[in-house]
Amino acid sequence: MEDVAIAGAGQSVFSRKCGVSIRELCFEAFKEAMEGLDITGDDIDASIICSAPEYDKQRSPAGLISEYLELTPKPSFYVETVCSSSSTGLRVAWSLVKAGLHRVVAVIGFQKMSELTSREAAERMGRGGDIIWESPFGLTMPAGYAMYARAHMAKYGTTEEQLAKVRVKNSHYGASNPKATYRKELSLDEILGSEVVTSPLKKFDCCANADGSSCIIVARGDVAKGITDVPIWIIGLGAATDTMTMSGRESLTGLRCAQEAGKQAYQMAGIGAQDIDVAEVHDCFTISEILAYEDLGFAKPGEGVGLIEEKQTYADGKMPVNVDGGLLSKGHPIGATGGSQIRTIVHQLRGQATEAQVKGAEIGLVHNIGGIGQYGNVTILRR
Amino acid sequence: MGFENFGTVSFTAEAKAADFITYLEAGKVMATRCRKCGVSYFPPRMDCPRCLSSDVEWFEIKGDGKLISYTVVNYGPTGFENDAPYILALGEFDGGVQIFACLSRDIEQKDIQIGMGLVVSPVKLPDNRIAYEFKKG
Ligand SMILES: [Zn+2]
Repeated sequence: MEDVAIAGAGQSVFSRKCGVSIRELCFEAFKEAMEGLDITGDDIDASIICSAPEYDKQRSPAGLISEYLELTPKPSFYVETVCSSSSTGLRVAWSLVKAGLHRVVAVIGFQKMSELTSREAAERMGRGGDIIWESPFGLTMPAGYAMYARAHMAKYGTTEEQLAKVRVKNSHYGASNPKATYRKELSLDEILGSEVVTSPLKKFDCCANADGSSCIIVARGDVAKGITDVPIWIIGLGAATDTMTMSGRESLTGLRCAQEAGKQAYQMAGIGAQDIDVAEVHDCFTISEILAYEDLGFAKPGEGVGLIEEKQTYADGKMPVNVDGGLLSKGHPIGATGGSQIRTIVHQLRGQATEAQVKGAEIGLVHNIGGIGQYGNVTILRR
Repeated sequence: MGFENFGTVSFTAEAKAADFITYLEAGKVMATRCRKCGVSYFPPRMDCPRCLSSDVEWFEIKGDGKLISYTVVNYGPTGFENDAPYILALGEFDGGVQIFACLSRDIEQKDIQIGMGLVVSPVKLPDNRIAYEFKKG
């Protein structure tokens, strides 16, 4: 069977309020992904549209977006795993190409969260939990991750200052990312002094809701070689789930869905954590990045904070992570996020990163989590 | 009666597990156990996916649990504006049963410790609503 590659990757600017319609938002990412490729929309055999429902009024957005991008009459459909929807889209695209059903598939992720007030958005996210048993208590995404943070602190002695150092790093790189919502460096004191949202997480421990889109063009290996100079190969894919309920979790000191997805991806790629040159991890909150270090094997359980203390996850460290600013700087337009992470790794492996290029990066990893650790997706790419 | 008055905001009413609410009104927090294979479930389930049986029995969650983790929520979603700050918590009880609920407002924040003893009991909320919460064990 043929190998599968990423030929093109694009994203819109991520912002608090894009001021355009979802179809127009998706065009921005599609344009960047397709520019420079030796194909047109006619060569795209199928499109996979990825977002979390209920942020805009449009039902069945796949039909709308495939029309606007003139991808009809080719098949188009919708996939959803909340915040990891576009990584799931990539997984489906890989399968379709690997199976020989299609040669080129577009994975388009989007979210226009500014259609809602932030309280309404928090309510949607709360309903991303179990609506009979847990949402009625007022569960929110930040609250769920805050409970992971508190448990991690109790077990390993992790401090709020160590969490804040993740934001210091990511804000440093985000400051030079032209696509990021927040392009301002933050000091440790500013982060520690920001208002408490849900203890121990403060305002600057949290990523912001955003509008944005992403687009990844996935192609059969021989086709990819013909349409781009530098195909980026998909060599590892992992996907897993954990319980919808917080009460069903085996532990609150790591995300089981990420551990499991990571294991699968490493195994498929035939490599280990030590072989990764650069990573994008799902830092929806500062604690999430620390959990990712440990769940992906960059550090042993409880030792993730050492990586940030020693600045090993900066671009010139042993294991560069989120050197595009991460979700904390870029903002988190749910359905678009995974595709944006993949785009960053594609740029890194092509030596085209604009924020901070990791020298000689050949293998990159994307860790994209849906909900409060309900859906785990890990993708490994190679130049 | 179903889940229409459960918690601060409920989103759906009907469930086969609605007897949970009847027990809650009577002062009991209940879990279920599969009569065929013996597995117990909280949140309670009326179906057992392991052995495909729907022959389950109710049992009361009694005794001391311990606090696994918590967070003080200062910014509640729609419907919870007047509740904040409130404290969400996860407790572990006999047999490894874990329960997600709020910590009682009687507990002062400075007294909260991971690992502290908890009991779970029904609590009446304004507007004839009902839930369960953790108190100090
Ligand atoms: Zn059973």
